[in-house]
Amino acid sequence: MAELLQHLLNGLVLGGTYALLGIGLTLIFGLMNVVNFAHGEFYTLGAYVSFAALALAGAGFFVALLAAIVVGAALGWLCEVALLRPLRNESIDTTMLVMIGVWIAMQNAELLGWGGVAKSIPHPFPTAPLVLGPVAIAPLRLFVLVLAAGLIAAAWLLVQKTKLGRAMRATFQDRDTAALMGVGIGRIHAATFAFGSALAAAAGALLGPIFLVYPSMGDLASLKAFSVVILGGLGNLPGATLGGLLLGIAEELGAGYISSGYRDAAGFVIIILVLLFRPSGLFARQERIA
Amino acid sequence: MGKRSIVLVALVLVALAALTVPGHPQSPIRIGVIEPLSGPVAASGNYVRMGAEIARDWINAKGGIAGRKVDLLIEDNKSDPKEAASAAEKLIVRDKVPAIMGAWGSSMTLAAMPKLEEYGVPMVVETSSAASITKRGNPWIFRISPPSEMEALGLEQYVDKLGVKRVDFLAVNTDWGRGSISAFGDRLKKKGAVVGVAEFMDQSATDMNAQITKIKAAGGDTLFLTTAVEQITLVMKQAQEQRLTRKIVTTGGSSSPTQLIKQAGAAAEGSYHIVFFMPWFPESMPDGKLARAFVDEWAKRGHPFEGLTEGFRGHDGIAMWKVSLMGVNGPIKFEKDGPAGKESGQSKPSIFVVQIRDGKVALPDFLAKK
Repeated sequence: MAELLQHLLNGLVLGGTYALLGIGLTLIFGLMNVVNFAHGEFYTLGAYVSFAALALAGAGFFVALLAAIVVGAALGWLCEVALLRPLRNESIDTTMLVMIGVWIAMQNAELLGWGGVAKSIPHPFPTAPLVLGPVAIAPLRLFVLVLAAGLIAAAWLLVQKTKLGRAMRATFQDRDTAALMGVGIGRIHAATFAFGSALAAAAGALLGPIFLVYPSMGDLASLKAFSVVILGGLGNLPGATLGGLLLGIAEELGAGYISSGYRDAAGFVIIILVLLFRPSGLFARQERIA
Repeated sequence: MGKRSIVLVALVLVALAALTVPGHPQSPIRIGVIEPLSGPVAASGNYVRMGAEIARDWINAKGGIAGRKVDLLIEDNKSDPKEAASAAEKLIVRDKVPAIMGAWGSSMTLAAMPKLEEYGVPMVVETSSAASITKRGNPWIFRISPPSEMEALGLEQYVDKLGVKRVDFLAVNTDWGRGSISAFGDRLKKKGAVVGVAEFMDQSATDMNAQITKIKAAGGDTLFLTTAVEQITLVMKQAQEQRLTRKIVTTGGSSSPTQLIKQAGAAAEGSYHIVFFMPWFPESMPDGKLARAFVDEWAKRGHPFEGLTEGFRGHDGIAMWKVSLMGVNGPIKFEKDGPAGKESGQSKPSIFVVQIRDGKVALPDFLAKK
């Protein structure tokens, strides 16, 4: 029983990190229809910015997180304006190829700048675990879980409740009508991409201290983020959150009770089942039209 | 893909072909090196490269081999077996190297091996531990690193002193990790230890909590951990988070204890590590003077100290071409291994055990007393 509780807690913590990765991508992939293969690179970028701020410049944990968000948003904005804007009327394949290029360029730039050796980000939390009855959790992990929940809630509020969020949803539902209603289309595209990228960078800054920071860390993150988005349904923030938790718990229980060699398989089996039986995502309320 | 993309691809291919320059016959001896310079095990690959460069410079400073300078052609296998095979093909076909050193991971080495047989080019295996590498009957393979069986045999004498009674395994899900579990499992069973669970992790996995929870429930006294230093760091940190209290023994020699002390801190305390080079006490190596010179040269070049336990492999893998058979690890001498008539060469390297104690690397008590 204690083992099952620990597995569930591990799954929840892991799922929280997947959800954090997924919400940024679901905005870009789901709303903007850009297959953003560079999402994981923004995650890596956030981790390196946080490393530079904490380990090299001696800044505090929150300053480092803020720096990662700002740099991620700025680079995301630049990426949209310089690369995606000229291709707005091209097909989804064209932008996908461009994003694959961005992915390769960013990863190799990181390799060139930082070298391949993994870096460890120092953090101010005690390393001794918090013991809650039969289970244990590291204080840093708990903190990251809470902060991730906060970021997810903030993202949801922004998209659902603010004027900017309404403009975003309107733009990606029907661009021409939104433009006729006076929405600045160019600004909304750039803002959405910057927002999604900033969320990825925040995830990197939060998860960097838990794991290690190295140039190819974004590959696994991208893979998980796409899985979460497919599970939750494109553009669906609560769906991405639940999808992340589901994926985390499925992997954890798959590794715990079936075989750790097939850990990732457990997650992908669920995705295949979802694609077979609910192709628009587990939590999509109805089929999207057009 | 439209017509335009096909034209573009054709243009790129033509441009690449134009860039290919045939090798000059009178140029230096060019030895190919295939290492993981990027990807999840990049640290180790880069350290091996640094060691290889030291050997190259030392050989050249002494006049080279048969009056010809040695040149290294270094290819990145990206920690990926597919890339290792294509790197071997590129080095052999395009660069026409007479010999190769590589490819760090067992899965990468195994993937590159058919190319060696196809083109008849020898490769020195400097790191890989899987038994199958020298057992497959590939006569172009010369291994200077110990296979897991040899490591397990080397550890056998310490099993009682380590107090190993009930052992669990956690290994990277590659030929190296799987081979290591069966080699150490067999040897420990013969010594009367009970083997509990054997858990695996993907090479790029970062969260090993599920495996650790399972290992904790299995209730052994010792955990044998086989992977590269990056994952060892994560496993040790996560084991500490889950209050997993047991002896940890790492195998394969890629644990870099100094890096563990830096990155895992208290979580690495008390752990034992099988290593093939002890840069902390170079005098204890078979050739103390050579080991000391290598450590000094490494420091002079500004390479990080933690890379030495991996970097010596690069030196020995390149230096052995100069017939002088003393490596930093000890003497290198090949014996036949594998199916008759198609044997690979296998050297018997020195194996050592060190412990992390009070934040420092030390000889375990049972060795220090000797």
